[in-house]
Amino acid sequence: MKKLMLVLALIASPAFAVNPDEVLDDPALEARARDISAGLRCVVCRGENIDESNAAIARDLRLLVRERLLAGDSNDEAVAFIVDRYGEYVLMKPTASGANVLLWWAGPALFLTAAIGAGFYLRRRSRSAEPAEALTEDEKSRLDELLNG
Amino acid sequence: MVARMITELGHFALILALGVAIVQMIVPFVGAQKGWTGWMAVAAPAATLQFVFVAIAFGALTWAFVTSDFSLHLVWANSHSAKPMLYKISGVWGNHEGSMLLWVLIVALFGAAAAWFGGGLPPRLKALVLSVQSAIGVAFLGFIIFTSNPFLRIAVPPFDGQDLNPLLQDPGLAFHPPFLYLGYVGLSMAFSFAVAALIEGRVDAAWARWVRPWTLAAWVFLTIGIGLGSWWAYYELGWGGFWFWDPVENASFMPWLFAAALLHSAIVVEKREALKSWTILLAILAFGFSLIGTFIVRSGIITSVHTFASDPTRGVFILLILALFTGGALTLFAARASAMEAKGVFAMVSRESGLVVNNILLAVSSFVVFIGTIWPLVAEMFFDRKLSVGAPFFEAAFTPFMVALAVVLPVGAMLPWKRARLGRAIRPLIPAAILAVLIALLAWTLQTQRTILGPVGFLLGTWLVSGAVVDLMSRTGRGPWGQRLSRLTRLPRADWGKATAHSGLGITIAGIAGLMAWQVEDIRVAQVGEPFEVSGYEVVLTDVTRQPGPNYVSTVGHMQVHRDGRLIATLEPEKRVYPVQAMPTTEAAIANGFWRDLYLVIGDPQAGGGWAVRTFIKPFANWIWGGTIIMALGGVLSLSDRRYRVAAGASKARIAPQGVPAE
Repeated sequence: MKKLMLVLALIASPAFAVNPDEVLDDPALEARARDISAGLRCVVCRGENIDESNAAIARDLRLLVRERLLAGDSNDEAVAFIVDRYGEYVLMKPTASGANVLLWWAGPALFLTAAIGAGFYLRRRSRSAEPAEALTEDEKSRLDELLNG
Repeated sequence: MVARMITELGHFALILALGVAIVQMIVPFVGAQKGWTGWMAVAAPAATLQFVFVAIAFGALTWAFVTSDFSLHLVWANSHSAKPMLYKISGVWGNHEGSMLLWVLIVALFGAAAAWFGGGLPPRLKALVLSVQSAIGVAFLGFIIFTSNPFLRIAVPPFDGQDLNPLLQDPGLAFHPPFLYLGYVGLSMAFSFAVAALIEGRVDAAWARWVRPWTLAAWVFLTIGIGLGSWWAYYELGWGGFWFWDPVENASFMPWLFAAALLHSAIVVEKREALKSWTILLAILAFGFSLIGTFIVRSGIITSVHTFASDPTRGVFILLILALFTGGALTLFAARASAMEAKGVFAMVSRESGLVVNNILLAVSSFVVFIGTIWPLVAEMFFDRKLSVGAPFFEAAFTPFMVALAVVLPVGAMLPWKRARLGRAIRPLIPAAILAVLIALLAWTLQTQRTILGPVGFLLGTWLVSGAVVDLMSRTGRGPWGQRLSRLTRLPRADWGKATAHSGLGITIAGIAGLMAWQVEDIRVAQVGEPFEVSGYEVVLTDVTRQPGPNYVSTVGHMQVHRDGRLIATLEPEKRVYPVQAMPTTEAAIANGFWRDLYLVIGDPQAGGGWAVRTFIKPFANWIWGGTIIMALGGVLSLSDRRYRVAAGASKARIAPQGVPAE
């Protein structure tokens, strides 16, 4: 009984991520495939890319990527091929198109705002820190005029 | 029969705790408003009583798990009689209801701790703090009793339970949630102090000195909790990833960043009585993000690999709590913040301004994590786009702020208070900068890959660690080295804590960069007895056996690793199947080392004979968690500083605020 359960479980269980039989013979092409896979999301998983996922669909996508590369696609073409079929949902790195501009620029924009705000704050603090600033040459001569003139 | 009674007692104690919490929320608050000392004095014993009742409830639930009382629905759904004892206990919080009970237990514990150790707090402030803290308790006790009661029964108890998710049956993960919760909830103390200060309309150095230890403790717990979670992911998920920018991870990372900002800005309030309203705002935001974290985890609104225990209807309740507490506190802040008059003045270049830069970088980077986490939701709701925001976004958008932080940190740490000269602060750091560049060049020449990431990580790491050493030595003044070294041992613990925590950050940065840049991976079909080579290491699969475990069956690969003909490791990676949940897990076998980890994973038998095997060489992996532990240790050192032990609650501090150790 135990043995049967084990056999069943082994058959049913998914294999781990990239399997040896998927690996391409050309190491340069394989490296490109791994690179692309890391940027594509496994559509049934939660936040995993297809390179790390051991779901069946992820394996299919990995094979598809390799197929496209073997067919002579560039990296961008291979990705575009997948996005055309599965939507931009598969992109781990969202594009900067349309409303996504907000996503990409929110951080830098907030940083600039905060830096400017802090600059003003620090200047105000330091102004009151230095009540007795040295006079400029102009001011000195003007003071001279007033006192001695 | 007795066991059944214990469960009912626990249920009863939980309801009593809610009653006590309501009293503790209202009576001291009214007392503080009217100036009635008797009413204010209710707070402390009520806090103790609330903790005792919640502890009884938690103990009763733990008892039910330990004795496998399957008449409780929760135990049946999350436990199994054959499960090892450790996981029967950790099963208490490995589910929604139990984890919320743990949350409330910690809220009550912190409240009680404030009552026990807050003897020196002004009575009005103490009453208000305990009242606000209890309001948080009321909200979550109500949440548990009305939507997530852990004590629900099954009329006809089943014979055995459904077991806990096997991925959660792991020592690293058993202790991950308690630490995270201690951190999340620890920030509730900072929140309570902030709201109490807003109600009182006063923030001074003494207030900061009371708030800072709580924040520091919360930050230490969060650091350990996040470290444990990342370590678990590294060895359990089977490919050695340590951080995924998953919404649930981000949920713990955002409060961590805010807590780090808060404990730095509280220093400015404590030493210089400036940045008061900003510190209050940070305290509100830090706990607000803890609540957001709870909401994300508990509602499962943003899908992630962690939705083991979630239910969307409950999410609405937590969203209400979130809106009530952060919204309420922010409204109060808007109304009262202007009353916080800053006293200390300082120049454009000073320790104060350095800490402002720290706060900007930490707060903005936390905001980047936040927007990346919620963007898929926003895009779907408002722009009708289904998209993903994954690791590549965070690596591109978050990392620059951390790099900037690492670059300016050693300089900021050297600046004196009030007024500083940049040149004078940088001069002693020149040797540190030279060392950092040399190490980076060394890394550049030694590496076989041509990546910029590794050398830059080591540049920053060396800069941080050697900068911390320079900072510490500069505290010893001038004179012969012997004298300076003996002075070094007598420096305040806060100085040591600062240098230690900053070094830890450097080590973690170097570890992350090193691992990501120089990892080597090999995937192949290994035949039993046929060795293969992976970047200088000779690996051989000697045998594969099947072994039964307590509640799983395992396929074990027996592997040896040789280097230069010498056996350096015998490793046994496993592939386990948990029959109750019909779920396989990979148990990687790791030979830990200072310079690198050898990380072996065994997969399925192949059709043509042999086994799928993955071999990783992971350089500097342990530096990531080593640095994390050192950061936490720095926090603990700082927490044990004399000024907190002596003046933790001393009202004397108000009379004599001077004499604090130079930091």
